[in-house]
Amino acid sequence: MYSLNRRRFLLTASAAATLPKLARAQSSIDLGLPGGNGVHTLTKAGEFGQKSEGLILQRTRAPLLETPMSVFDEGVFTPNDKFYVRWHWADIPDSVDAEAFRLTVRGHTGKTLSLSLRELMALPRFEIAAVNQCSGNSRGFFAPRVPGGEWGNGAMGNARWTGVRLKDLLDHAGVKPGARQVRFNGLDQPTSPDGPDFMKSLTIDHARDGEVMVAYAMNGRPLPLLNGFPLRLVVPGWYATYWVKMLNDIEVLDKEDENFWMKTAYKIPDRPFATMRPDEKDVPVVPISRMLPRSFITNIPAQSRIAATAPVKARGIAFGGDSGVKEVDFSTDDGKSWQTAKLGKDEGTYGFRRWEADFTLPGPGAHTLKVRCTNTRGETQPDQPNWNPSGYMRSVIEATPVEAV
Amino acid sequence: MKKLAFSLTALLAFGSIAALAAEAPKSVKIDLSNPGPYFTGDGSDAINANCTACHSAEMVLAQPALSRAAWQAEVGKMMKVYKASVDEQDIPAIVEYLSKVRGNGS
Repeated sequence: MYSLNRRRFLLTASAAATLPKLARAQSSIDLGLPGGNGVHTLTKAGEFGQKSEGLILQRTRAPLLETPMSVFDEGVFTPNDKFYVRWHWADIPDSVDAEAFRLTVRGHTGKTLSLSLRELMALPRFEIAAVNQCSGNSRGFFAPRVPGGEWGNGAMGNARWTGVRLKDLLDHAGVKPGARQVRFNGLDQPTSPDGPDFMKSLTIDHARDGEVMVAYAMNGRPLPLLNGFPLRLVVPGWYATYWVKMLNDIEVLDKEDENFWMKTAYKIPDRPFATMRPDEKDVPVVPISRMLPRSFITNIPAQSRIAATAPVKARGIAFGGDSGVKEVDFSTDDGKSWQTAKLGKDEGTYGFRRWEADFTLPGPGAHTLKVRCTNTRGETQPDQPNWNPSGYMRSVIEATPVEAV
Repeated sequence: MKKLAFSLTALLAFGSIAALAAEAPKSVKIDLSNPGPYFTGDGSDAINANCTACHSAEMVLAQPALSRAAWQAEVGKMMKVYKASVDEQDIPAIVEYLSKVRGNGS
């Protein structure tokens, strides 16, 4: 969890409410990663187009910007200007002409569509709240550490996505018998001459499930350019690698997609929680896919000082992965005992859900707070962290050490 | 590729509800010209010359301490997988720099 420049806060229920402001005033943040080296500067206003100040600057080019945990304390919908950013290649168009832009639907179809944004926006509208989470969110907490984007827990966000069902587009193009997959490509390009263009695919059945969509708005506004303006694929319940940004090409395939980003990259151990031992070899792998339940405390950073024997309110966010949140439990004794947290409004199966719990620490000293989500499939976050060499799919019950005074 | 003309009328006809035409978004332009930080210090010439065409330095410098073999593998991955045009002669100097600034001594 986060420690804000090692500053310690004496935390009470009212003090907790001021944390986001304090976080914004910082110029750097320590993600508190095992083994260290987790200090990052925070972005300045205007430095990354429409993105706000105060994001965790993981890389300028290609941009990697992380959302600080304090932002998730402000509400279940992550503001567009604070939504995390992740690009593979740095050759990203710095502008998109909204009139000239066309989305193509082609391949193993009866006809080829070339749609302007106006045409797309005239189609039946579909809206869904869904969490977008990087496959490698929280990679920096892997032990032993693994190479990659050393994210804290903020390579995720929740938005209400507005657009059109992919099924409607495919139906209109007329998918031919024998279609196997649908491949998605965006306007970004490799920076090395023969580098693999970033493309992802879904099976034809998944693509036509009526929930996968092409979004032209998030939280009621056009997407920020760095979140994929003007269009991005939304794959509710699945990791963000599939949510192709600046989407301009949809290709129906009559065979399995063999492109690098499907065949080789983004593979996980074919086991529950995508876990293996660091010394294991030749573990069977499969493409990463659906997300698992997770939950976070958003108002109490690690190492906070909390008044002992006084009532305190913990709150945070939870999500079920590819199903809804059934229950959130909160512990003040490192998971020995649990109390059921109160859940906030259900904004949709795939979105963040607010939780709250009142607690009183029994006396001075070190305590460990934990929060645990169970989804509507009955899956619960595990006690032990997973490990794989790519740093994917962390979903362990997170621990927040605090000191009662 | 054969492209068929696709009229707005046809589009409106196929949906169950002709949703209110939302206002089309305005064109967007942002400044992405900032190259970000380069590698600094002794021995950084090779890594700057070969690696920063594709990415700035921060993420590399934020890596956990890695063995020389792990850094060698990372450079190899950039070349083999991402087709980075790295001068073969510069590889030892790049690995040396990385092992110095983010090495674990092994």
